[in-house]
Amino acid sequence: MNFHQVAGVLRGMSERLPGYKGLALKVLLDVGAEIGDLMRITKGSVVFEGILIPRSEYSDDRHIVIKNRSGYNVGIEITPETRVERIGAEMKPTFIPPPPPEQKPGLPRVTILSTGGTIASRVDYRTGAVRPVISASDLYSIVPELADIAVIDAEILFSVFSEDLTPKHWSAMAEAVARHIVGGAQGVVIAHGTDTMGYSAAALSFALQSLPVPVILVGAQKSEDRPSSDAAMNLIGAVLAASKAPFAEVAVAMHETPSDESVVLHRGTKVRKCHTSRRDAFKTINAKPLARVMNNEIIMLTDDYKPRNPERKITLKANFDERAALIKFYPGMNPKIIDWHVSEGYRGIVLEGTGLGHVRRECFPAIRRAIESGVIVGMTSQCIWGRVNMNVYSNGRDLLAMGVIPLGDMLAETALVKMMWCLAQSSDPEEVKRLLLTNVADEFSSRSVETIEAPKTIVSS
Amino acid sequence: MKVNYSEIGLKIGLECHQQLATREKLFCGCKPELFKGEPEILFLRRLRPTQSELGQIDPAAYFEFQKGVRILYEANSETSCLVEMDEEPPHELNREALDIALTIALMMNAKPVDEIYVMRKIVIDGSNTTGFQRTCVVAVNGSITVDGKEIPIQHISLEEDAARKMGEEGLVIRYRIDRLGIPLVEVTTGPVISTPEEAERVALAIGRILRATRRVKRGIGTIRQDLNISIKDGALIEIKGVQELELISKVVEYEVQRQLNLLKIRDELRRRGLREEELKEDFVDVTPVFKGTGCRILQRAINEGKPILAVRLPKFNGLLGFELIPGLRLGSEMSDRAKFWGRVGGILHTDELKSYGVSDGEIVELRRYIGASPEDAVVLVADRIENAIDALKAVIERAREALKGVPEETRAANPDGTTRYMRPRPGAARMYPETDIPPIKITGDYLERLRANLPEHPEEKVKRLIRNYGINEKLARQLIDSEYDELFETIVRETGVTSTVVAATLTETFKALKREGVNVDALSEEQITEVFRLIGLGKTSKEAIPEIVRWLVAHEGAKPEDAVRELGLTMIPEDELEPLIDGYLSRNRGLIAERGLGALGALMGMVMKDLRGRVNPEVVNRILRKKLAEIVKH
Ligand SMILES: [Zn+2]
Repeated sequence: MNFHQVAGVLRGMSERLPGYKGLALKVLLDVGAEIGDLMRITKGSVVFEGILIPRSEYSDDRHIVIKNRSGYNVGIEITPETRVERIGAEMKPTFIPPPPPEQKPGLPRVTILSTGGTIASRVDYRTGAVRPVISASDLYSIVPELADIAVIDAEILFSVFSEDLTPKHWSAMAEAVARHIVGGAQGVVIAHGTDTMGYSAAALSFALQSLPVPVILVGAQKSEDRPSSDAAMNLIGAVLAASKAPFAEVAVAMHETPSDESVVLHRGTKVRKCHTSRRDAFKTINAKPLARVMNNEIIMLTDDYKPRNPERKITLKANFDERAALIKFYPGMNPKIIDWHVSEGYRGIVLEGTGLGHVRRECFPAIRRAIESGVIVGMTSQCIWGRVNMNVYSNGRDLLAMGVIPLGDMLAETALVKMMWCLAQSSDPEEVKRLLLTNVADEFSSRSVETIEAPKTIVSS
Repeated sequence: MKVNYSEIGLKIGLECHQQLATREKLFCGCKPELFKGEPEILFLRRLRPTQSELGQIDPAAYFEFQKGVRILYEANSETSCLVEMDEEPPHELNREALDIALTIALMMNAKPVDEIYVMRKIVIDGSNTTGFQRTCVVAVNGSITVDGKEIPIQHISLEEDAARKMGEEGLVIRYRIDRLGIPLVEVTTGPVISTPEEAERVALAIGRILRATRRVKRGIGTIRQDLNISIKDGALIEIKGVQELELISKVVEYEVQRQLNLLKIRDELRRRGLREEELKEDFVDVTPVFKGTGCRILQRAINEGKPILAVRLPKFNGLLGFELIPGLRLGSEMSDRAKFWGRVGGILHTDELKSYGVSDGEIVELRRYIGASPEDAVVLVADRIENAIDALKAVIERAREALKGVPEETRAANPDGTTRYMRPRPGAARMYPETDIPPIKITGDYLERLRANLPEHPEEKVKRLIRNYGINEKLARQLIDSEYDELFETIVRETGVTSTVVAATLTETFKALKREGVNVDALSEEQITEVFRLIGLGKTSKEAIPEIVRWLVAHEGAKPEDAVRELGLTMIPEDELEPLIDGYLSRNRGLIAERGLGALGALMGMVMKDLRGRVNPEVVNRILRKKLAEIVKH
């Protein structure tokens, strides 16, 4: 996430002098200054002139920030000899999108749903604040290439950072997708913050059954206002996939490498954010990625996919039961953590065990108590790569005997989402268990295969 | 051309960029060094022009983007990490770099800002992987005094250096990101400099202050000057990347000349009655005119199936070949533009067609074909049709500007002091805050600590050296520029050798040795000090210094004693010297008989010729004079 200043400025946006408080606020109010006004601040022999800039709400109350004529921001401390004057109102710059490009006839209709995050935001050049913008015309003007691919229908679902999304948002996303597909969209793109995009992708994979067309989640690691942003290329890749990919599944579209050469499409249940900042942070785990977009072409990387079929009727199962937890085991973990979840009324626990699927023996009684009280306990591995196998060591065999359900090569995060989804589908624990072990959206793979190499950057002359 | 600079209203502002000698880069922990050889890491990027705060897109940048320009970045893991690759947010601002920048600011009497904000300055040519350069003003309102004139220092900024351009193949531009992120301090003067020589002196004075910190990088490419030059009726031209101090005055002189000549062309076009509407983007395919031409360039284009496109420039005949500065004509300015906007190899025009092997008949036919009168010029481009059109559009644009005078643009300095077109001058700097880096408060305590440790100002040092060591001003200044000034004081203090001898050696002697190709810089301070110690102890003489230095440079790691011994430069003790001198006297009795005491000079010459470096001339002189006097008396 960005530096706290951004959030601070965002939260203060409604005020007249965002970020200013105490002494600085008083001084500015006294001269009737507003953000964007032309100010002159005199301090001894030095005169600063420039426009008034908002301040981070976490900073002190003794400085005023102005942008000087050459574009630099500087902070000036208010001391007894500081004289602050408002010398005029500067033109208040606003973002003026260029005229949208001409719409080509006969292109597929694609819906872009915006949920927030880096991909759907841009910086206010004056303040540095990040604000959401996504209307179809904004999108066309920022990424004019989209007009050559599809007729875009855009809708803002919500504007939240992805760490603030909850299973209720997943349900809302799923419902919106279904509504647009029923309304004739030939593909849906969801602009999403990257931090929890993997969870949302898994959630939509379970919630949207028998999809007729693809649903592509897309994010960016660098905001769109930066010249080096990955947003435009990822978005183009996502819209291209939504409009013409041969599959009808939920997928995540992101850079495949640090180069602006290819966008890779990851299956929604098998994808995970594996790096804090790289463009290629998302990886398909324990499977091959679905496809690659390169030079405006979609190249399938697997034969094993559900084909696009606009005639197919979508089935929406958008409910999630939030009474499920993902517990990461660590050496010395206190078993009371498990007891606490049981006493709080949790119905399902996904354990992220060590190695092939183990926890310390000290935890066994707590796990037994949980299962006896009707909590469904599943086992995944914190290794990220590989599948659990609880028959190799006695620790695993004992857990199996207690009724812990081994969840194969399912990602821990996907397993949590699936647990929430299964719990919402039935109140019968046996049915939940059956569903948990059923391969609903390729969250399990029967074979562990070698991963696919990304294309190497080649010097072409 | 003799120019009265005050009459033409010459105004120059300098921007000095100096790399700092820090342990790490400005926003990450990488070594601030360059690498040679093959890169370990390659990645390909496109930089998408973004809109300015007013919703505008830089036309030049957008044009490049639309052409599909891609940037291939080269890196190795020692000098770059994910930060330079723009795959990781910047780390906090390097405090060591901030110390140095503020030290420089205080030495220039600038006022540090109370809170530093790192900004992003949009730079979209690929030289920054992010598409912007991170920069911050650390101080404002400074001044330095150069030859009694006060030169305002508008601001002192700390910024990251850009990637190095390694080449360009088709639509792929190659940059190496080792240099990206090396801390740079930028010193910006007010536009008050009024002559080319003054520009050079100001740059020299700034350079002296920068080097006085002892914490800036040395060597080619570590300091770069940008010049902002304007004259009355001309335009503000930004010239980037002058690496040699000695080139500054030449660059200014050439730029003034270029602008004056462009104004002459403007006046001539007006005299000929050219109106802007006459310059039309009417491009004609003239390929048929050149079927079977003797011009190699055109013939090759035809063979490659490329069309030859032409445009008429009314009333321009003779002006395209008009020389603005050596090697640069209006035609070459148009050619630069055509290359930039059309990515073509260049243009041909009627003022020079004959020298490219086009026949008179073809020129006549060309003029007839395109409807050009003898007063008109015709410009040709042979390339793919889209490129040729873009190129000729740029030519027409440049022709329109010629009618107005001097176009505002950013130019790059060539090694000979001339300049070439780089890009249109960007509008107001497009900057917005770097939200990944929190603002930095500059406290009074911190500034006090820096003030207490300020290096001696070079001008004060000159005065002190003159006062304390009795050397003249020229030597004192040379010492400071040589950066042996500190060593000089150590040597004088520790060896007892006369200060003038030490100063002259460290400046003039070393300079002479460098000129003959001796790498004096390879000597360590200990070695240099030791040489003087031997002189002070009478073990060798100052005349032996050049020879000792040559030998030391050739024998890495050797000691000055070794040099003295190996070269046979050990001083001859006085008791051994006397019999030697007796020998000279007895061999030259005739001479002495003839000239008497007047033979001293000739004898001195003979002795010194044989024994230079092993004897102290004053001692030889004393002994000779005494013995000669005895002989003459008898
Ligand atoms: Zn680095």
